[in-house]
Amino acid sequence: MDLNGLYQDIILDHYKHPRGKAALDAPLASAHHVNPTCGDEVTVDVAADAEGRLILGYQGQGCSISQASASVMSELLEGASVEESVKVREAFVAMMHSQGNVEPDEDVIGDGVAFVGVAKYPARVKCALLPWMALQDAQIKAGLMAPKEETR
Amino acid sequence: MTPLDPARIKRDFPILERTVRDGKPLVYLDSAATSQKPRSVLDAERAYYETCNAAVHRGAHQLAEEATEAYESARAAIAGFISAAPSEVVYTKNATEALNLAAYAFSNATALHGIVGNPRQDPRFVLNSGDNIVVSEMEHHANLVPWQEACAKTGAQLRWLPVSDDGRLDLASLDTVIDERTKAVSIVHQSNLLGTINPVETVMARAHQVGALGVVDACQSIPHMPVRIRELGADLVAWSGHKMLGPTGIGFLWGTPEVLDAMPPFLTGGSMIEIVEMERSTYAKAPQKFEAGTQMVAQTIGMRAAVEYLSALGMDAIAAHEHELTGYALDRLDALDGVTVIGPQDNVNRGSAISFTVDGLHPHDVGQVLDSRGVAVRVGHHCAWPTCRRFGVPATTRLSTYIYNDRSDIDAAVSGILAAQEFFGVS
Ligand SMILES: Cc1ncc(COP(=O)(O)O)c(C=O)c1O
Repeated sequence: MDLNGLYQDIILDHYKHPRGKAALDAPLASAHHVNPTCGDEVTVDVAADAEGRLILGYQGQGCSISQASASVMSELLEGASVEESVKVREAFVAMMHSQGNVEPDEDVIGDGVAFVGVAKYPARVKCALLPWMALQDAQIKAGLMAPKEETR
Repeated sequence: MTPLDPARIKRDFPILERTVRDGKPLVYLDSAATSQKPRSVLDAERAYYETCNAAVHRGAHQLAEEATEAYESARAAIAGFISAAPSEVVYTKNATEALNLAAYAFSNATALHGIVGNPRQDPRFVLNSGDNIVVSEMEHHANLVPWQEACAKTGAQLRWLPVSDDGRLDLASLDTVIDERTKAVSIVHQSNLLGTINPVETVMARAHQVGALGVVDACQSIPHMPVRIRELGADLVAWSGHKMLGPTGIGFLWGTPEVLDAMPPFLTGGSMIEIVEMERSTYAKAPQKFEAGTQMVAQTIGMRAAVEYLSALGMDAIAAHEHELTGYALDRLDALDGVTVIGPQDNVNRGSAISFTVDGLHPHDVGQVLDSRGVAVRVGHHCAWPTCRRFGVPATTRLSTYIYNDRSDIDAAVSGILAAQEFFGVS
């Protein structure tokens, strides 16, 4: 087993130096998600600026994968439009469900490509998805969803 | 007492010959979750299906007779293993079901009580407002959530005995937590998270002093030490087969005949009845009263082979082996920088499940590095989330041993911990 393939340097870097890790002062909505098998936790806060671009905050504790994933997500989606956020999330989720058999698109998911190795470990997929699921939940609560998602 | 020879024992377990993660020999240190199975258990199940598979306690043909005989003689062997009478042992799916059976006795009796036309319920099981149920702060969810449910359904109060910083049950408040309004006390014999072996006899004695029923979760003790069931002082004892070399799908509830008799049934349907009419039914005597539907016959046959295997080694010898190995593991962990054992650090009244944290590393990451080296441990809250919270940790890494482990397995875990510290740059 290739530990370096799972824990790519980008992941370790985000884990040790998380980006954007703070709660928002005035979130439109928040979502707290836990991974009940291991106790990982993340709370994602969302708000929007005057143009409707996302403002994100998060807090959490957990393994390197879940915490690095939150950091990558925050870096990618801070200031993104709602449509962009949905596109990026769907691409990330699809990669995590690919068992590692896709070539992820760095133009869409940026540092998120580093998680392709994680997709090979079913027990860790949940860790990587935790912040993204919390974000989706928070966006739904805040009404910050693309029209197509709202009707699903 | 002949000391165990893990190298020889290992040869009886086919799975321990396999490799994992690109050819690494498997180092299995997760027996507190589930043990591996020796060939004799697998062979016994296979032989049953090949020679006398049939539904038990039904049918008049020869196979049904032989299957029933095998099923009941397995019960006798399992009862003998804990020095009990066969009729005192109820088969369940697992310990979780056995504990639910106990908890449901209270909520069912409370619901049935007082409705005109229902048979009279034993008042010991009827919860009135102001009554309470007592557990401890180191319970597995299986011995916590069913009691929370029983309380929610009846308005009874849930109380617990606290745990001290060194991972022991804090008995200072025993006489105030368990009081005249206590109806049930359910306590773990050996904690699956902390490894602590609790003085359950003391707790059960206090329960009986106030007229409460005493329940013991013996999931982690019966597989690892000699247990003469009456010496626990309990009315009901629950445990699982799969943690003691047996198959999955079989667990047990031991009870005194008097208490089993007084309890209302849990699952109802075929095989557990005496007379059935359209309006109502009467029930068989225990243990059949609690064994509704077609039973896990093959598993009982496998289980019999498991207790025979353990008895041949000798439970004294098993306990001695594990005690020695636990001491070794505690010493090796103690010598590591940044590693903290959660639970008793002295090898006294302590079992072989050892939880620890590694500074700067999440258990999931520790477990992943160990796994990459073929070492299987458990990470997470081990179904004892409140106990983790008590110690201020979200999760732990846990190693746990059994008859097939030796010092080299502990050494492999220790090397893995050092490798994890180096990989993540926290050493
Ligand atoms: C102390 C304790 N109680 C209860 C259980 C539940 O056992 P099972 O999952 O076999 O029902 C376990 C096992 O995980 C345990 O360790």
